[in-house]
Order: sequence, then structure tokens, then C-alpha cells
Amino acid sequence: MNMQGQLIDLFASLLLLISFAMLAQRRILRLINLFAWQGLILSVSTLVVAWSSHQHHLYYSAGLTLLLKVIFLPWLLHRLIRKLDIKWDVETLINIPTTMLIGIGLVVFAFNLALPISALSATITKSTLGIALATVLLSFMMMITRRKAVPQVIGFLAMENGLFFAATSATYGMPMVVELGIALDVLVGSFIFGIFFFHIRETFDSLDIKHMEKLKED
Amino acid sequence: MNTSTLSLQLLQNMLVVLAAPLLLGWVNTCRAWMQSRSAAGIFQPYRNLAKLFQKDAVLAHNASPLFRYTPYILFVSMWLAAAMVPVIAVDLPLSTVVDVIALVGVFALARVFIALAAMDVGTSFGTLGARREMLVSFLAEPALMMVFFTAAAISHSTSLTTIVGVLAHKEFVLHPSLAFAAIAFIMVLLAENARIPVDNPSTHLELTMIHEAMILEYSARHLALIEWASAIKLFAYITIGFALFLPWGIAGVGEWNALPLALVLLVIKLAAAGFGLALLESVSAKLRIFRAPEFLGTAFLLAVLGILTHFLRTSVA
Repeated sequence: MNMQGQLIDLFASLLLLISFAMLAQRRILRLINLFAWQGLILSVSTLVVAWSSHQHHLYYSAGLTLLLKVIFLPWLLHRLIRKLDIKWDVETLINIPTTMLIGIGLVVFAFNLALPISALSATITKSTLGIALATVLLSFMMMITRRKAVPQVIGFLAMENGLFFAATSATYGMPMVVELGIALDVLVGSFIFGIFFFHIRETFDSLDIKHMEKLKED
Repeated sequence: MNTSTLSLQLLQNMLVVLAAPLLLGWVNTCRAWMQSRSAAGIFQPYRNLAKLFQKDAVLAHNASPLFRYTPYILFVSMWLAAAMVPVIAVDLPLSTVVDVIALVGVFALARVFIALAAMDVGTSFGTLGARREMLVSFLAEPALMMVFFTAAAISHSTSLTTIVGVLAHKEFVLHPSLAFAAIAFIMVLLAENARIPVDNPSTHLELTMIHEAMILEYSARHLALIEWASAIKLFAYITIGFALFLPWGIAGVGEWNALPLALVLLVIKLAAAGFGLALLESVSAKLRIFRAPEFLGTAFLLAVLGILTHFLRTSVA
């Protein structure tokens, strides 16, 4: 295997490591910082894929990832945390060691699921498809096991990171139009989330989404 | 086995047993520097040992022979463990007959004996320490095994000499799985050697101590042997780390003229590792004892991830 393939494998492993670190994280500010790191690794690995496969549109998506997910979104989230004054510890539904063990199970599942798919793929990054899938599933689990709204949104954004990585690793990226569309969606989505946070807190005096379950009774 | 490899084995054994307190002294010195204290000097562990060997041993009335023999068993098994690891050369008679699983077994043997000896006299501290030690070690052992299996999966052998041979003397390949395993190994090393995130080796506080609580009843030459054994254990763990993750410089089979270079590199690597250990201990706070399972669970998780990423790559590529 050549050097670029090895580098991409290394970045993929780091991505998986950060997903687990996010799953284990108790502090919300560190969660946001980890999200920023994940974006940075995603951006660099996209750059390496672009360089090794000569796909020029991947350079743009790497730059877009850097701007959006490493600089803008973490800044926005930091600002939201400050404005809402919510520096509490993250509450989880399942305790953290159990979450990690379920995480290992998810990784095994994702790797097995990816095997036949990556056997069909001809790109140099095909061995990372399993890791991308595992990242998606782990972020999904983070959304499920967290009680408050902000970590759930971070889980959603991390899931998008995983999907993006899956796209670059399986098919050298989606068409540019789709990528731009998704980036815009994420941007608009996070703005809406920001507005939602304020509304949720004004209505319930808390960001705990269990209060929202009462709504269905009326 | 011929005389040259035998003499190499003996040389390494003497090196390990004599250099281990020096490594401990270096770690303590580095830590003192980082905490703006004046250091006692890197030869302080030797002075401690000499002082302890001169004293008269005191034993409890109800101490059984087990209590008296444990320091010797501990010392010998640590020495044996360190002798199995290729520290400066691969060409060792001992490390070809045993593999990493036997190594884990030797560590387990020493641990069982020290825990039994701690409970032997019947003081509450000893029992407390033994229980805590067992809690930590039963969590650390699977992680350690997984780390070894990751390296073994890459080199298709559980023998440390073969692992070193494959990693150091073949073409350079980046192994992400080894990076995971290395982090897991560092976490296990900290836990198994009673280092700061899990245990603090320099306090005698009831709430925090694990290893110290087990050896409170020991004195004089028994205590000296135990202290020396734990220094050798630290040395052995660090050199296992080198063999798995930084094997460059360890002399291959029959490379006699590579030995001086191997020694120099070993000293440099040990100095760096000691500094890193002191740094880790200075920047991190001690965990609550009930957080230790989480810490070691993370180590296990990382080791499993390492082995999984390895299989993902080999099954696709």
C-alpha cells in the first residue's frame, strides 16, 4: 500500500478515535473542541484524497469543511454556550463505560457491514468505509444517549462528518452540487438549532428535551 | 543456544537489574524539576535500597512463611519477566522459549503473591490494598493482552523477538492499529505500575493508596526487594513498549557490532520515556478509585479498536 493510502488510513483511525472520545466526554466545551478536531482531520484527509486521486472538486470540499466545521460551527456553538450560560456537564442516559462497550459492538457491526461494499469499490480509500460507517453509527448513538439538546446537535453534526467521510472514501466524493447543498443545509440547520435552543429554554426553563415529551399529550 | 547468546542474556539480565533503580531515579528527578522542587538526584533509589538492606527486618507474629517468601518470588519473577523482553538484542535464549502470553502470566504470578502476602498478616490496610490492586489488575490484564494481540496480528507471532524482528527489520509501514495499541499500552503501564492517574506512588494516604497499602507491613530487606522489584517492573514495561512500538535499534540475530548502538539508543529512549512519564504524572490528577475502571475500560476499548482496524485493513486490502 502506498504512502497516501497509509495516511488516509491513519486519519480514518483518528476519526474513529475522536468519535469515541466524544462519546466518552463529560464536558460540553471539550465536546465542541473535539468536534472541531474531527472536522480538521476530515478536512486534511479529504485534502490527501484530492491530492492522490487528482479530483479537483475535493479541494473545494476540503476548504469548505475547514471553514464551516472547524472554524464557523465551533465558534457558533461556543457563542451559544456563552449566551445561554449552559456550561453544565453532559448528562447521559446510560453510564459511560456501558456506552463505550455498546460502541465496540457498533464498530464490529459497521466493519462487517462495510466489508462486502468495500470489496466492490475500486478507490484507494476503500478500507476506510467501515470506519466511516462506524463514525456515523457512533454519532447516532451519541444523539440517542444524551439528554440535553446541545450534545444531540453536536452528535448530528458529527454524523454529517461521518457521512461526508463515507462519501469521499467510497466514491471520491459526491458531485459538487450535492456537497454544496449539504454544506448549506448544515449551516442553515445549525442556525435553526440555535434559534430552537433559545425557544426551548424560554418555554421550559431548561434544555432537557424530556420536557418536550409532554407536548404530545395535549 | 551457544555461549555467545548465553553471555548476551546474562549481560542483559545484569543491565536490567542494575539500571532499573536508575530509571526510577531519573523519573523522580524529572518530576521534581517539573514541580519546581529540588531533586534528590538520580542515584537516590540506590541509596534507599542500600539503607533498607542494612536494617533489621521486623515481622509480625502471625506472619506465615508466605509473607516472608513473597519478596523473593516477586523479585525473581520481575527479573524473569525483564529477561524475556528483547531490550538490547533479539538473540536471547530466554525470549525464544517464551512468548507474550507467558510474560503476562509471570506478571500475574507476582501480583497474586503480593496480594496474598498483603492479606496474610490480617491488617485492614493490607486487605484494602490487595482488593484495590486486584480490581485494577483484572481490568488492566485484558487490555494488555489485546495490545499484545494487535502486535501479534501484524507479525503473525506472539513471540516478542519475532514481533521486534518484523517491525524493526522489515519495510516501514504506518500501522494505525499500533497507534491505538500504543495509547492503550501507556494507559495500562500507568495503571500496572501504580502511577499517577490510578495510584500515587509517593503518598501514604489511606484514601488513595493501592500499591503502598499492600506493602506497609514490610521492612528492611523485604521492603528493599519489593521496591527493587517494582523498579524492575517499570523498566520491563517500558522496554516492552519499546519492543512493540519503537523497536528500531534493537540488534538483530547475530548482529554483534550493532550492540553498542543498541545500548546508546536504549539510553536515549529510556531517558525520553522517563521524561514523558514524569510529564504525564505532572499534568494529570489522580483519579478517584471508582473512575479507575473507566480509565482501564478506555484502554481496553482502544486496544480492541486497534485489533479491529488491523483486521479491517487486511481483509479488504
